Amino acid sequence: MALLEVSNLVASYGPIRALHGISFSLEEGGVTTILGANGAGKTSTLRAICGMVKTEGSVHFDGQDISSRPTEAIVRRGVAHVPEGRGTFTRVTTEENLLLGSYSRRDKKAVQSDMEQVYGYFPRLKERRNQQAGTLSGGEQQMLAVGRALMLRPKLMLLDEPSFGLAPLIVEELFAILRRINEDEKVTMLLVEQNATLALDLADHAYLLETGNVVIAGTADEIAADETVRRSYLGY
Amino acid sequence: MDLFLQQTLDGLATGAIYASLALAVVMIYQAIDHFNFAQGEMAMFSTFIAWQLIAWGMPYWAAFLICLAFSFIGGMLIERVIFAPIHDAPVLSHIVIFIALTLIFNALAGFVWDFTIKEFPSPFPDKLPFESTLIGPHEFGVVGITLVMLGLIYVFFRFTPVGLAMRAAAANPVSAALVGISVKRMLGLGWGLAAVVGAVAGMMIAPKVYLEPNMMLGILLYGFAGAVVGGLTSPGGAVVGGFLMGVLENLAGTYIIGSELKLTFALVVIVAVLLFKPAGLFGRVVVMRV
Ligand SMILES: Nc1ncnc2c1ncn2[C@@H]1O[C@H](COP(=O)(O)OP(=O)(O)O)[C@@H](O)[C@H]1O
Ligand SMILES: [Mg+2]
Repeated sequence: MALLEVSNLVASYGPIRALHGISFSLEEGGVTTILGANGAGKTSTLRAICGMVKTEGSVHFDGQDISSRPTEAIVRRGVAHVPEGRGTFTRVTTEENLLLGSYSRRDKKAVQSDMEQVYGYFPRLKERRNQQAGTLSGGEQQMLAVGRALMLRPKLMLLDEPSFGLAPLIVEELFAILRRINEDEKVTMLLVEQNATLALDLADHAYLLETGNVVIAGTADEIAADETVRRSYLGY
Repeated sequence: MDLFLQQTLDGLATGAIYASLALAVVMIYQAIDHFNFAQGEMAMFSTFIAWQLIAWGMPYWAAFLICLAFSFIGGMLIERVIFAPIHDAPVLSHIVIFIALTLIFNALAGFVWDFTIKEFPSPFPDKLPFESTLIGPHEFGVVGITLVMLGLIYVFFRFTPVGLAMRAAAANPVSAALVGISVKRMLGLGWGLAAVVGAVAGMMIAPKVYLEPNMMLGILLYGFAGAVVGGLTSPGGAVVGGFLMGVLENLAGTYIIGSELKLTFALVVIVAVLLFKPAGLFGRVVVMRV
């Protein structure tokens, strides 16, 4: 059974429709990517899944309908959203950001060891643990956002353009860690990217979104071989 | 010199009241970006509840605690019933509601307890544990109680998970929801706490000014001045600002302007700070969200 099952999802901002009834599903344990140009509706898809915009249609997570639940309730079920812009709590420390990530956890005893685990993935965060998070570099804040999401011990991680605005070397490092997290922690991932090469390399399944509609779906290899995708998104 | 010391210490005691109100105002301001003009009348109403319990024969500290519990629940209810539904409404709607709340609490208190002044007891002994002509026993107790309360609030926000979550929800509600914090619940909690802080201020000032529905008017103005001086974005700054206003008020009243112009003095301070140092002494410069 799929971990996340989305059908006929419509998302709107007031009178503006950003998604026109899209359907897709995520295999448990896999990495799925949604590709698309700027404004295609990628961010809106992630927002719709965790109840941050007005939606119609249905979203089933782990067999249960979550489409009309408030965001914090969806998060508590194990959906961690690494948002566009990184969502840093800028005025508290790095460590407090991670603590906030574990806010809804019941098993508070495990929090300390999970924090060490996050520091294991991102040693740079450990060096900066007592630093005000707003003073971290862009790459560090992106790592902090992933670390904060990990602190939830999520079943599903939603990642909104984690490569955005980062230097190529940092991006490479980050994506290698994402792969490890997927493999070692068995966290299912939904990755939204404009950088299609990068995303298709990490993902096993892919969807292509154009102006609020899914236009192509398939395995990452199929999508990478697709003529239109290659010309419009991979550039060769 | 004695007069100066005396006036300064006495100023610290009223300053403690202003500091509490300033803190209550800033707590709500940080969460919803609006001044709660009704904070003073809420405190006045809480004080009347305590007065009523004491008049019915309850011991002071029992009445004090029940009054705090009542204020906490009342504050949460005001948020949930009145402000949650208009959360995204424009500034003007908020101001209208604040003014309406002020009038309603004032009229309600007058209706239930009438407008005659009432004596409100001080819980502190008649004599200080040491000899002093510089500060009275009530003033000494007020500063003590206020410092304990402020300390508890500091510890709560600084060192507890819920305190951290409340700060996160106020500073960044979107990210807060994404880590599973119920921003609504945190807002309600914030209103409840602010009402408690205000209630303590009301019960501490009432023995000095007598209890009546208009008791908090001038006091809230000084509380606002404290908040503005300290910087609306800084709870610690608001507390310092409140104490500062208490001392300045007394010194200005003694040496410069006399007591008739006290309210004008608070207004002048507010306007001057907003004009020349809008972020206050300790605040960050806030770029207006449009
Ligand atoms: N807050 C918003 N208010 C109104 N329209 C929005 C908002 N956010 C996004 N949109 C619109 O929704 C569409 C999809 O945007 P988005 O989901 O952000 O795309 P992407 O993440 O793929 O760049 C765009 O047309 C955009 O203009
Ligand atoms: Mg986007």
